[in-house]
Amino acid sequence: MALISFDNVSKRYPSGQEALSNVSFTLREGEMAFLTGHSGAGKSTLLRMIMLMERPSQGQLVVGDQNLSRLPRRELPYHRRRIGVVFQNHQLLFDRSVFDNVVLPLQICGYDTEDASRRVRAALNKVGLLDKERLNPISLSSGEQQRVGIARAIVHKPQVLLADEPTGNLDPQLSEEIMKLFQQFNRVGTTVLIASHDLGLIERMRHRTLVLRNGRLIADGRG
Amino acid sequence: MAADNRSARPERRDSAAPGRRGAEQHRIALRDRNRNWRRHHLLVARQSWARLFATPLPTLITLAVLAIALALPGFLLTGLANLQRLSDGWDHEPRISLYLRADLDDEAADRFSRSLLLRDDLSSVELVSRTQGLVEFREMSGFGNIVDLLDENPLPAVILVQPASSGITELPLLRARLQELAEVDEAVLDMEWLQRLNAFVLLAERTVLVLGLLLALAVLLVVGNTIRLAIESRRDEIVVVKLIGGTDAWVRRPFLYTGVWYGLLGAVLAWCLIQFSLLLLSEPVSELARLYSSDFEPSGLGVAGALLLLGCSLLLGWLGAWLAVGHHMREIEPS
Repeated sequence: MALISFDNVSKRYPSGQEALSNVSFTLREGEMAFLTGHSGAGKSTLLRMIMLMERPSQGQLVVGDQNLSRLPRRELPYHRRRIGVVFQNHQLLFDRSVFDNVVLPLQICGYDTEDASRRVRAALNKVGLLDKERLNPISLSSGEQQRVGIARAIVHKPQVLLADEPTGNLDPQLSEEIMKLFQQFNRVGTTVLIASHDLGLIERMRHRTLVLRNGRLIADGRG
Repeated sequence: MAADNRSARPERRDSAAPGRRGAEQHRIALRDRNRNWRRHHLLVARQSWARLFATPLPTLITLAVLAIALALPGFLLTGLANLQRLSDGWDHEPRISLYLRADLDDEAADRFSRSLLLRDDLSSVELVSRTQGLVEFREMSGFGNIVDLLDENPLPAVILVQPASSGITELPLLRARLQELAEVDEAVLDMEWLQRLNAFVLLAERTVLVLGLLLALAVLLVVGNTIRLAIESRRDEIVVVKLIGGTDAWVRRPFLYTGVWYGLLGAVLAWCLIQFSLLLLSEPVSELARLYSSDFEPSGLGVAGALLLLGCSLLLGWLGAWLAVGHHMREIEPS
C-alpha cells in the first residue's frame, strides 16, 4: 500500500525558480529509501512538502489517504502528528531538559504523564541517551543532540520518519550508528525517507535511492 | 474503537487496513484524553504562572501599570457611588414650602393647612406656625438674642407639603398651582439644587465611563505588548511545536494563561490600591460629614464592585493576550 505518493509534483517559487519539476514516485508502507542529489537539487523542498511546510504548485501529493492539496489548515497539525522529522539543525529547545524536549510530541497528542514518561525513557534508551535525560541539550555533543532529535521524532511512533541530512555534521562512525538506528525503526514497520548527500554511506546501506538533479527525479533504484 | 478521537483518527483508519504492517500505533481513549487535557491545562497554567516570576522585575512593573490603570476608574466609580448614595437620601422626598402671607394669624393658617389636607395631589401637610417657627429659629440659628430684641415675630407661617407624585415635570406645575392660592405668599420647590447635583453626577458618570474605556484600552495594549514580547522570546518553541503537530490552540494556550494571570494579579493589586486610597480619604470625609451633622459613612468597593473589577480585569487580560497571539501566531511558521 502506497503511503507517500508524488504524482507530477512541481514547485515553483514566485521568483520563477523551479525547485521541483514533475516529480513522481511512491513510497510503500514500511519501506525505507534515501533521497540524494547535489545541494540545491530539491531534497529539502521535497521533504518540506510532505510536512506541508510548502504546498505543491502543481500535481498531486498524497500521504496515507490524505490528498495534501485539499488539506484544510486546521487539519494540518493532525497530519504532522503522523510524521516524525529529524532536522539537520536538530531544532531542539535549549530552555528545557532532554526529557522535556522528547516528551513534547506526546504532550501535544494528549498522553497521560506516566505513560508519556515511560515512552520517553524507551525512546531515549533506544538512542542510548537514557542517562542524560535531565541534562540540557546544549551541554551535549552534536551527535548526542542529533540523537535527542531522533528520539523526539520517533517517541510517538509516527507512521513516517523523515530525516533531512541527519548525519550532516557527524564523523563517519557516528553517521553509521545513526543510520543503523533508522534501519531499526524501519524494521519494526516505520516508513523511512532520508535526505542525504553522503553517497558512500548510502551505498553501504543498500536501500532504495531516489536521485534528484535540478529538481528532477533522474534515478530511482537500489543503491 | 468508538472512543478514539481526533489525534488518534489517522491511526484508526490505518489499523482498519487489512494485513497492515508497521509500528504499533498508539490509541488514547476519549476519557483519558479529556483527563489529560484537564491536566495539561493545569500544567500550562502553573508553568505560565512560574514564568511570570522567572523575570520578577519586568513582571512587577507591568503589574503596577495594570493596577494603576484598573484602580483609577475603580476608585472614581466608588466615589461616584458614594455621591449617588448621598443624593439618593434626599431625592425621594421633594418638598414644597408654602410661605403664607404675613397677615394671616395662626388660626387662619391652621384652617388653611386643614383645607390642603383634602387635596389629593398632596400626600402630607405639615404646618409650622409663626410661634413654632420662631422657637425653632431661636434654637437652630443661634441668633436668639437678636430675635428677643424684635417687637413682633417677623417670621411667616410655613406649610411644608409633600407632593403625591414626584415627577420631575409635575412638580413645577404643582408649585405654580399652589402659588396661585390666596393664602400663599410664595411657594418654593426645594429641588433646583438637587437637579443640579443630579446633572453633575450624570456628567461625572460620563466622564468616568470615558476615562474607564480609555484605561481599559490601555490595559489591553499593555497586556498585548507584554504577550507580544513573550511570544517573540518563545519563537523557537512555537516553530518546533507547529512542526510536530501542535494545534493553534495548543500554541495559544500558555499565552492566554499568562494574560489571565496578569488580569488576576492586576485586579488584586488594583483592589489594594483602591482600598488604601479610600482608607486615606475616609477620615476627612467623616469629618466633613460630621460638620454637616450627617452620619454619612463612605462605603468601599464592596463585594459586587470587587467582583466587577476582577471580571473586567480577567476579561481584558485574556482579550489582550488573545489579540496579540492571534496577530503574531500566523507570522511564526516553520520555514
